[in-house]
Parts: sequence; C-alpha cells; structure tokens
Amino acid sequence: MSAKLRLYILVVLIMGLGIGLILYKHFALGFPLSPDDKKSVWTIEARIDFIARGDPVIVSFALPPQTPNVVFMEEDFASPGYGFSELTSPTGRRAQWSKRTASGAQTAYYRLSMYETDQFVQSQTAANLPAEPEKPEFDGVLKTAAITLLDQVRSKSANTEIFTRELIKTLNSDTPDQNQRLLLNDQSSEDYKTDLIINLLALEGISAHIVRGLYLNEGRRRQSLANFVEVYIGGQWLLFNQNSGESGKPENFLIWQRGDQSLLDVIGGKNSKISFSILKSTQSTRNLAVRDSISKQAGLIDFSIYSLPIEQQNAFKMILLLPIGALIVVIMRLLVGIRTSGTFMPILIALALIQTTLLTGIIIFLTVVGTGLLIRSYLSRLNLLFVARISAVIIVVIAIMASISIISNKLGLDQAMTVTFFPMIILSWTIERMSVLWEEDGPREVFIQGGGSLLTAVIAYLFMTNRTIEYLTFNFPELMLVNLALILILGQYTGYRLSELYRFHALERRNVSGKR
Amino acid sequence: MFLASAKKLRSFGIIGMNQRNSGLISRYNPRHLYPLVDDKLKTKMLAQKAGITVPKLLGTVQYQHDVKLLKEILDPHAQFVIKPVKGSGGKGILVITEHDHNLYFKPSGDAIRLADIERHVSNILSGLYSLGGKPDKVMIESLIQLDPVFSDYSYEGIPDLRIIVLCGYPIMAMLRLTTHASDGKANLHQGAVGVGIDIGTGNALHAVQYGEPVLHHPDTRKTFAELVIPHWDKLLQLAAACYEMTGLGYLGADIVLDRDQGPMIIELNARPGLSIQVANSAGLAPRVAIIEALKAIDPDPQSRAAFSKQQFATNAGIHPPRLLRTRSRDPKP
Repeated sequence: MSAKLRLYILVVLIMGLGIGLILYKHFALGFPLSPDDKKSVWTIEARIDFIARGDPVIVSFALPPQTPNVVFMEEDFASPGYGFSELTSPTGRRAQWSKRTASGAQTAYYRLSMYETDQFVQSQTAANLPAEPEKPEFDGVLKTAAITLLDQVRSKSANTEIFTRELIKTLNSDTPDQNQRLLLNDQSSEDYKTDLIINLLALEGISAHIVRGLYLNEGRRRQSLANFVEVYIGGQWLLFNQNSGESGKPENFLIWQRGDQSLLDVIGGKNSKISFSILKSTQSTRNLAVRDSISKQAGLIDFSIYSLPIEQQNAFKMILLLPIGALIVVIMRLLVGIRTSGTFMPILIALALIQTTLLTGIIIFLTVVGTGLLIRSYLSRLNLLFVARISAVIIVVIAIMASISIISNKLGLDQAMTVTFFPMIILSWTIERMSVLWEEDGPREVFIQGGGSLLTAVIAYLFMTNRTIEYLTFNFPELMLVNLALILILGQYTGYRLSELYRFHALERRNVSGKR
Repeated sequence: MFLASAKKLRSFGIIGMNQRNSGLISRYNPRHLYPLVDDKLKTKMLAQKAGITVPKLLGTVQYQHDVKLLKEILDPHAQFVIKPVKGSGGKGILVITEHDHNLYFKPSGDAIRLADIERHVSNILSGLYSLGGKPDKVMIESLIQLDPVFSDYSYEGIPDLRIIVLCGYPIMAMLRLTTHASDGKANLHQGAVGVGIDIGTGNALHAVQYGEPVLHHPDTRKTFAELVIPHWDKLLQLAAACYEMTGLGYLGADIVLDRDQGPMIIELNARPGLSIQVANSAGLAPRVAIIEALKAIDPDPQSRAAFSKQQFATNAGIHPPRLLRTRSRDPKP
C-alpha cells in the first residue's frame, strides 16, 4: 500500500505545484488563459502650450501616480531644447522642463501608454488618519447659507458616505433653493465647485481633497481633466463624482493627481494651457503580461523561457509540445490499446507533420515509407547484411525525398518543399523500424503498427497544433507538471484496454451461454 | 456486439494487458532474471542442470565469419532447427526436415539452398530477431519428432503446450496447434489454433482460432473433443519445476512432446501473453487469487503440480467462483 500511497502523494504534490503556479501566473501576474485575450492599451498625450517671455523657463507638470491595477508601459517626455527631469515627492511625481531663455510659443509633450489590469489587488491598506481639516472661513451670509444647507443634508443622512452623496446631489440639483444659489454664486466653474464641496465637508469636520482624473474615451482630442472629490471615510479614501454624487472610481478613468497641488506651473511663461488627447489600441494580454513581468523582474518570469533569445524560445515552443504528445501516446496505448511502433515514434511523426502540414505530411509519409519498403524488399533479395541493407534503404529514401522536393518545386507546388532536415530524419528512422518489423513479423504487423503510429501521430498532431494548447504549453510550462501527474496516474491503470474488450468479446458470449 | 462489457470481463476474472504488466510481471518477475529466459542457451544449460530434458544442441554460431563453418555443422544431420538465441515469439526459427545434397527442405516442402541458410544465420547474428536488435547468437538444435498423439491435430509443424506457472504452481494450460494458415508455426497471431487444456485431466476444453471458437482442426478436420494430452502429470511437474530453475514467479513454459524422448522444455517466457484465457474461455484472475492466498509455497514441484491438478480441474467446484473473484480484486501492495 505504501508505494501506492507514496505515488498518490507525489501526484498530488506535482499536480498542486503545477496548478498553483498556473493560478499564480494567471491571477498575480495577469497571464490570460486564452491566446485571444486582448486588452485595451490607452495612449494619452498631454500637450502643454504657453508663451515664453524670454526669461528662464521652468515648467512643472503633475504626473499620474502608479497604482497597483494600472500598468504604465511607456512614458515619453518631449520638448525640443529643454532640460528635463522627473521629480518624486511625497505628494506625487512631477515632470520638470527647464530652459535658460525662451520666447514665443512653446510646447511640451508628455505621452503615456497604460492599461488597466484586472489582476487581483489586495484591498487598500487603511489610509492614515488625515489631520483634522481646518474650519474654512465663510463670509456672514455665506456662512448662514452653508450651515443651513449642512443641517438640511445632515437630517437626511445616516453616515458620512450618504452625507457626502446627499451634499453633492443637493448642490447639483436642478431646482436650487436660495442657499445653494448663494453658495454657488454663479461662478459654477468646476474648480469652484470642488473647493466649495471640500470646504463644506471641512465645516462638518470631514477630511476631503480634490482628485483630478481623465476619462479614457477612444479617439478624444482636447480633453481636460475632470474634478472628483475624495473623502476620508472609515479609514479609507472614497472617490465621489462631484456632479452626480456617485461614489467609487468610474470605469476607464485614470486618476491623474491627488490633493490640491497645482497641475501645471509655468515660471517665465504666460497663457499656459494643457490639453489631453487619447488613443486606444488593442494588444494581446499575454504580451502585456510578459512585458510587465519582465520589467518588474518577477522571479518566475525572470528565470523562465522568456529570458531566452527569441530563436530559442521558438525551439522551446516545439519542445514544450512534446509532453502533450507523450500524454496522447500513453492514453492511446494504455487506455485504447493501439499498437504503435516504439513509444515516441508517433510523437516524432507528429512533430514532422507540424512542419509539413497535415495532408502533405501524410501523403509524403505514405509515399516515402511505401517506396522505402518496396526498395527494402528488393534489397533483401540481394543477399546483403542487415545493417548494410537498412543503411542502403535510408540513402535511397533521402534520394526519394530530394526528388520529391525538386519535382514539386518544378511543378510549382511549394508545399512539399517543407520536407526539411527534421522530417527527413524521422521518415528515414520510421522506414528503418518498419523494415525491421517487416522482416521480423511480416507485413500484417507493419500495417497494424504503422497504422497505429500514424493514427496516434495524427491525433497528437491535432492536439499539438491546437492554438490554445500551443499557447498554454508555451506560456504555462507548469502544465508539464500537471501532465506528468496525469501520466503517473495513468501508469496506475490496471483495467482493460478498449482493444481488449474487442479481443475478449467472444469469451463473454461463451461464458454467458455456458452458464445459463 | 463487438465490444465486451468491462464489468462482465472483470466478473469472469479476465486479466488485461495493463493488469498483467503491473500485477503479475512486475510483481513476480525481477528484471535481473530475464536474461535466464531471454537467452535460450542459458535456459538450456539451466534445464540440463536441473535434469530436465531439452532438445539436443547440435551447434552454435557466434560470429559472422563462422557462418562459413555452417556446412560442417549441418552436414551430419538430416533434420535440424536453427534458432536465434535471444529471439522471441518464435521469430527467426528455421526448421529443416530433409537434407538432400545442396538442397534443404522446409516442413512445407519448399527447398532452400545452403546460401539461404547462411543468409538467415547472418541475419540472426546481426540482431534481426533479437529483442532490441542486439547482436545475437545462433543455435542449432535437433528436430523434435511429432508425437503420434498429435498427428491428427497438427499441420506441418510441432504443436507446443504453453503452461502458465505462478509461483511454481501451474495455473492454466493451452495447446497450440500449427495450421496451414500459421505456416507451420505455433503462433496464435498467425492463425495457429489454441486449445484450452483442463489442468485436472489434460483433456481439451475449448479451441479458438483468430479469437473465434472452433470445434475441429481447420486442416485435418479432426474434432478436439477426443484430444487428451498424454504424460499429463509429468508435464505439470516439468512446468512446476521451472520455478526453482529460474526464480521467475510468473512464467510461461513452452513444452513439446517428442515421440522418442517424451516431454521437453523448449522455451520459457517471462512475459507470457493473455490469449490463453481466450483458449480456456476462463480468466486467470481467480486462479491467481488462489495461489496468492496460499500461506507458503510448497518446495516440492510434484506436490505443487498435484495441488494445481486438484485446484484447477475444470469441475473441481471446491471454491465458489464468487469468492475467488472478490479475492482477486483485492488491492495488494
């Protein structure tokens, strides 16, 4: 029992490790399980225009913060003739362009390519309690209006979140009463409204700050940032849309700046303005994930096939398919009971088929093996030693393949040309084995085993060329462990093979009739 | 219906290929003992040491350049058999029944020349028939003379008796009869008839050709009902003794009856096939279970043969089959 138990423990361990790694790569590193998984990549261009006055110029521009579920692929800064540096401060990153003297219209560009990941992010750790907000000073009338409004809202709300939402809704209502009109004071610019909400919340003792962000819509030009209010509630900062009162981050929304630092400071210039244009492109999630993981130096990826040169990666693409072929052979032999010549010949034939494509491959296979066997039967009459005979067959076979290539080239069929080095070796080897089989067991066995090998090879080929399987084996080499575990389990199978149900079927009939 | 139900087969105790490989061969046959039976010369020496009759060795050829000496070896003998030492499944065996100057005659009457025999021998030497294609040796044996008991049941060849021996106990037996279709070879795949033999009496039970039941020999038209194997006790004891000889727990002993010398072991097999179940129309599993249930293996081959004879007689009925089936499916370490 212990050997069996040990095997099962081993199987569970290998299987668990394999599946665990796959899940880790899928959920933590964002590798998709399907090759067709696509993601929108947003390219955002911020264009800063100003008129320089001929003095030293310093342009300071707030950059969006890196958050866990947004991946910045590329950031470009461009402005001819300007010195550039990126500054990091506790309040966020800033880009700084500077020049000794400049005059006339100036432009600076900032370009960002980013995508949102749907990978699992731990819920934000509780934010530090911010300092008690300073009570803002309101002028006499305004103060009364503010207090009345707050009382009114407070009476309708049960907690801070509802309070904030109600407050924003009331300020935005279509039929404002006198207090609201007084507070909004005709200057209904977005920035004024944001300030007002924050001040009103501060009056109530609630910490809040401004958040500027960008709605990501395809093909938009001349966009500007939208103002949001972020409110400290229950140990966390919660985002509110200042025009609707909705909470939470909207979809396709990039938070650009938090807090009331300026978005853009231009020293030595005037009429500065900033506009954003947005472009959307679709890219394969897998490429994005590989890129991101390499740049993050995730250990699993850093020491993986991706770190190899592309050429070797392609070789591995093929090699990693071999275990799938092995699994098919195990199933065909142990469960179905198909006889193949050799354990791995079907896998190798399948590999050759991958290079030649299925139909051409089978035709070439049958032609070449058939001719090879004919020649073998002639050679066997010449009274040669066995090794010499087999070698002669191989030489003749290579000649046949060369002529197939040349003739098909002359006929303009370039498909048969794909009989390259690798399939050639496999075919020669097949013929050798088949010849031996023919001499040992006769033609019947050649048909059984040759047919079995070819059938297994075709099934293995169909699996190995399946796009999803190809994708999964290459991007999740851990699947090999799962495959290994499956083969170990299959090695335990002691039941009947499908072919044995046929082999013994007469027995069943006799036993039944004998007993009754 | 072309497929049997797995459940029914299991209830008959039929052992499948996978179960044979893991439950019998790898459990009872240590790998290092294989050469004893894969090398027929070694088997022959072992058998002779154990006092078991084997066909007489006329000569061996080990090297390619010794092929020239073949004529010298063969000349004194009118009849002989050429075998690859490491061949399996009867491959590469050449039987010559008549020798006339330069012509050698096969049982079918086809004449071949010495050059053909030399080519055959050099093919064997280069490993054509050996397991894994390794270089091989050739042995030349005296021809076995057909026992008159079988003269009505065989066509151009010598029938052989396959007895499966588990831990020294013969558990199932089958007579393989050559036919026209099998080209004088006792190989079931090639069309030989397999006749299940009652371990208790040596009587024929069922016969199959190509997996289908037959009632009489396809060439001689003789019905199998009257077929009884002579020297049955001796045959069982011979088979049982192979256990001590080789140490293999699960083996197939191939025994022939020689007209003049009686039972002889011609070959032992560490991986005997499963067709014997079809020929006997019975599964191996219940019989394996009886042997596995034994507390100790009797050291005396004769008493083991007697035990088998009594246990596995077709109408023994000592153990209700149901009980046996359940035992056979017990998982064992």
